[in-house]
Amino acid sequence: MHIHEEAVERHVLAVLVDNEAGILARIAGMFTSRGYNIESLTVADISEDHAISRITIATNGPPHVIEQIISQLDRLVPVHSVRDLTESGPHVQRELALVKVAGKGDNRIEAMRLADAYRARIVDASTESFIFEITGAPEKIETFVALMREVGLVEVGRTGVVAVGRGPNAS
Amino acid sequence: MAEKSGADILVETLLDLGVDTVFGYPGGAVLPIYDALYEHPKIKHILVRHEQAATHAAEGYARSTGKPGVVLVTSGPGATNAVTGITDALMDSIPMVVITGQVATNLIGTDAFQEADTIGITRHCTKHNYLVKKPSDLAHVVQEAFHIATQGRPGPVVIDIPKNVQVAAAEFSRHATNSNYRYQPQTEGDFKAINSAVEMIMNAKAPVLYTGGGIINSGPKASETLRELAALLGCPVTSTLMGLGAFPASSDKWLGMLGMHGTFEANMAMNKADLVVCLGARFDDRITGRIDAFSPNSKKIHVDIDRSSINKTIRVDLPVVGDVGRVMEQMLALLKGRRYATPDHEEWWARIKGWRATNCLDYPENKQEIMPQEAIRKLWEATHQREPIITTEVGQHQMWAAQHFDFENPNKWLTSGGLGTMGYGLPAAIGAQLGNPDALVIDIAGEASIQMNIQELGTATQYRLPVKIFILNNEYMGMVRQWQELTYESRYSNSYSDSLPDFVKLAESYDWTGIRIEDPADLEAGIKKMLETDGPVMVDCRVAKLANCFPMIPSGAAHTEMLLSPEDVKGTMDDQAKALV
Repeated sequence: MHIHEEAVERHVLAVLVDNEAGILARIAGMFTSRGYNIESLTVADISEDHAISRITIATNGPPHVIEQIISQLDRLVPVHSVRDLTESGPHVQRELALVKVAGKGDNRIEAMRLADAYRARIVDASTESFIFEITGAPEKIETFVALMREVGLVEVGRTGVVAVGRGPNAS
Repeated sequence: MAEKSGADILVETLLDLGVDTVFGYPGGAVLPIYDALYEHPKIKHILVRHEQAATHAAEGYARSTGKPGVVLVTSGPGATNAVTGITDALMDSIPMVVITGQVATNLIGTDAFQEADTIGITRHCTKHNYLVKKPSDLAHVVQEAFHIATQGRPGPVVIDIPKNVQVAAAEFSRHATNSNYRYQPQTEGDFKAINSAVEMIMNAKAPVLYTGGGIINSGPKASETLRELAALLGCPVTSTLMGLGAFPASSDKWLGMLGMHGTFEANMAMNKADLVVCLGARFDDRITGRIDAFSPNSKKIHVDIDRSSINKTIRVDLPVVGDVGRVMEQMLALLKGRRYATPDHEEWWARIKGWRATNCLDYPENKQEIMPQEAIRKLWEATHQREPIITTEVGQHQMWAAQHFDFENPNKWLTSGGLGTMGYGLPAAIGAQLGNPDALVIDIAGEASIQMNIQELGTATQYRLPVKIFILNNEYMGMVRQWQELTYESRYSNSYSDSLPDFVKLAESYDWTGIRIEDPADLEAGIKKMLETDGPVMVDCRVAKLANCFPMIPSGAAHTEMLLSPEDVKGTMDDQAKALV
């Protein structure tokens, strides 16, 4: 017997929640207990009175699973709203990464050239290393990190995606 | 405002919320609450013998009265023992509030004595849970917990209260209730959706109403509305295990239960219908059988108060989010407004008549041994006029009870459907009896399941509860054995109930009356004796050991591939089917 797997698509969800103890565990745990995937998850308090946090979740799954994820999030008591940014139209996605590269000679020069081409900023430098700060859509960061692997990548830290819908209205 | 201890605030808030019964077991981390209860005799505390039983008793109380069940247990093992019943209540949508003691806030995280991460453990088996860190938060948390447990799709809510929060004082004024809760589920159905539903109903040639526990949860009025709706539509009605009693079994529209052990006519009607109206049910895998063969030619309307139930397993054509009782009223109003005339659906009923002719619930006659189906039938005959509350354990006896015990009204049938918890029936019967002191309450049990919470015999004795236990004793974990016969060539691995107690003596040792029935000729007299005996009675009814529960849709099969009798059994299954529960 073989276990059948379905084709998946990637969705970015914006979830507004009460800023209370355990909320992150509640959300993350719902994903694990029901077997859903989390590609990235970011959370920060966004309201003036610190009562509401915005969680951005990049997830993937077949369309019917995405629909379930949204419904399951929505029924959690501390969840105020769930928006599927991928579904609701054009939106801006950004991620920030810190990328450390070490090397000398040609590799070092090449790393700087590439950083320039990708508009990455140097935020730390020594005679044999750089830390680049890069922001952009996840694919851009993906590509940049892949290039850095060839010129001496040491480590990388990524924030995960945040996203907001385009246009004048709140997403 | 006067200052009160957290424990007093808790107990007085419970009183304000109308709580009259609490099922619990004391321990170190809830001693302050137990001390506060000592001062408040208005709240009746039922001392169980194991915390799991407290949760099932609360479920039995809730399901038979419509009020939320309340549980009080200590930290650590008290809370972990309650987890099975909490999960059971989540799966079957039972309103329940569970108060757990916790070690003092300064000890949390230090692996203190009887510390468990109750919030972590119960996060995904509750509708919501709280750790209360300040006594001043208690009143609001308790009020909101009851609101969440009872509104929308009901479910269990856990409130974890550290011991120092029970002792510390805060300002408290009674009746300062706050109805401005953040949780506000939608109860009214969307008008456009109701309109489309009515259009679909008016165009249907072969409709069927597929009802579930949601109708019971919506309240007795929903059952009445369902009867009215079925009469107006002139269409057949079937129900899940959880929905039994919402529609009267004596009605000519009644098809019986559907699903794995449902009737041939109910499953065939679902398969051949052109419109399925799902009312407060959730297309559970016991109902659908093989998904791709489930009701293939029908349009489907799904009415559910929980949006996440919609399109979870079966894609539907029209979702309606709302309280099923309210939505049915909206449908009725619209149908009447359009002067909808009840169609005769002559062709559809003719087909149903054909399916009914299989008499799928018939069982072989047996003069030597008591057939378990016969025992249930006789029990029904002897008791149905008293409208008993029936609880069950889990297994063959549960399915036979669902098939052969007919219900006319809601809140009379208490069973563990979603989680399938053996050991549910006795504590649930205790809870139901406490909520309905004058009712006849019978736990239809199996000899294996009853042993899972057998210690509760003592609870019934202590509170003088005249519950009856009717054990169908076949000396097997019958449903396991049946599956082994069907799927594993009768290799009965560990399904024999060895070393059984003498149930009559066991009953007597708890000051119950014990009765044994062995001969088919003694069946009716034995049941009569049980009913005529005051106080609690346990009946050990010895039944045919190898009887199987039919009809049955084997796992992985379609509704049209029912096994109707032992002759249909092959004894083996492929891996695909074996992988399904």
